[in-house]
Amino acid sequence: MADETTATSAPGGHSSGGDRPSGGDRPSGGDRPDRGERRPPRPGGPGGPGGREGGRKYFRRKKVCKFCVEKIEAINYKDVRLLAQFVAESGKIVPRRLTGVCTPHQRRLSCAIKQARNIALLPFAGRAS
Amino acid sequence: MARTYEVNRVYELMFIVRPDMVEEEQDKLISTLESAVSSSGGKVKSMERMGKRRLAYTVRRFHDGIYILLTVEGGGALIHELERRLRVTEPVIKFLTVRIDEEQKRLDKIKKLREARRKPAPAPAPAETGGETAAVTA
Repeated sequence: MADETTATSAPGGHSSGGDRPSGGDRPSGGDRPDRGERRPPRPGGPGGPGGREGGRKYFRRKKVCKFCVEKIEAINYKDVRLLAQFVAESGKIVPRRLTGVCTPHQRRLSCAIKQARNIALLPFAGRAS
Repeated sequence: MARTYEVNRVYELMFIVRPDMVEEEQDKLISTLESAVSSSGGKVKSMERMGKRRLAYTVRRFHDGIYILLTVEGGGALIHELERRLRVTEPVIKFLTVRIDEEQKRLDKIKKLREARRKPAPAPAPAETGGETAAVTA
């Protein structure tokens, strides 16, 4: 027990000083090395991403940009099926923090969606038929 | 003075026609547009009929429309003329013009980069095997 307390004090100093993004450590300070059951499992984060703000601001699971992975270069306003994946039921464009698209692709995507809306391939509001 | 810039802009013109328009009327309209293009010194690159589609929202009280895609090469004044014609044509209910030559340039550049990255080694190999087989048969 004595060595536990001495062991916790030292790493406690490290973790707060370091810039590791492992969340949940700071508030309860120092229970990191031994008590694994208190820390939420970081990689994978089941049901983690997307607006869970109960104080556990751990790193969201790595979402990859679909366009970067599949190397889709041309985002055309004509392929409605591709665009409709990034449009909500209400017809709104889904923000990139939910879809994981990277910024340049999101910009091109939203431009294409707006063009498709103008030519009546996608609705402005309401369900995409 | 004539145009100082090189007129090689490529535009994509998509327009929607009423669903009850007959084939030959569509052809008439398309040929009118094409003649307007060639008379202004442009070039029609392609024409595609995308068929009847359900519109995502009601346009001029229509729920369906026939989509036609026209790819044109020319200057801005040509597009101005084409759009003016489409505006006065009664069966055309919507149109959209997009300039695509810059985008094409970017896509071609990426494709070239990819090709260059993919084939530094295999390129000499087929030539060698071809030479060998020719020697064997001879």
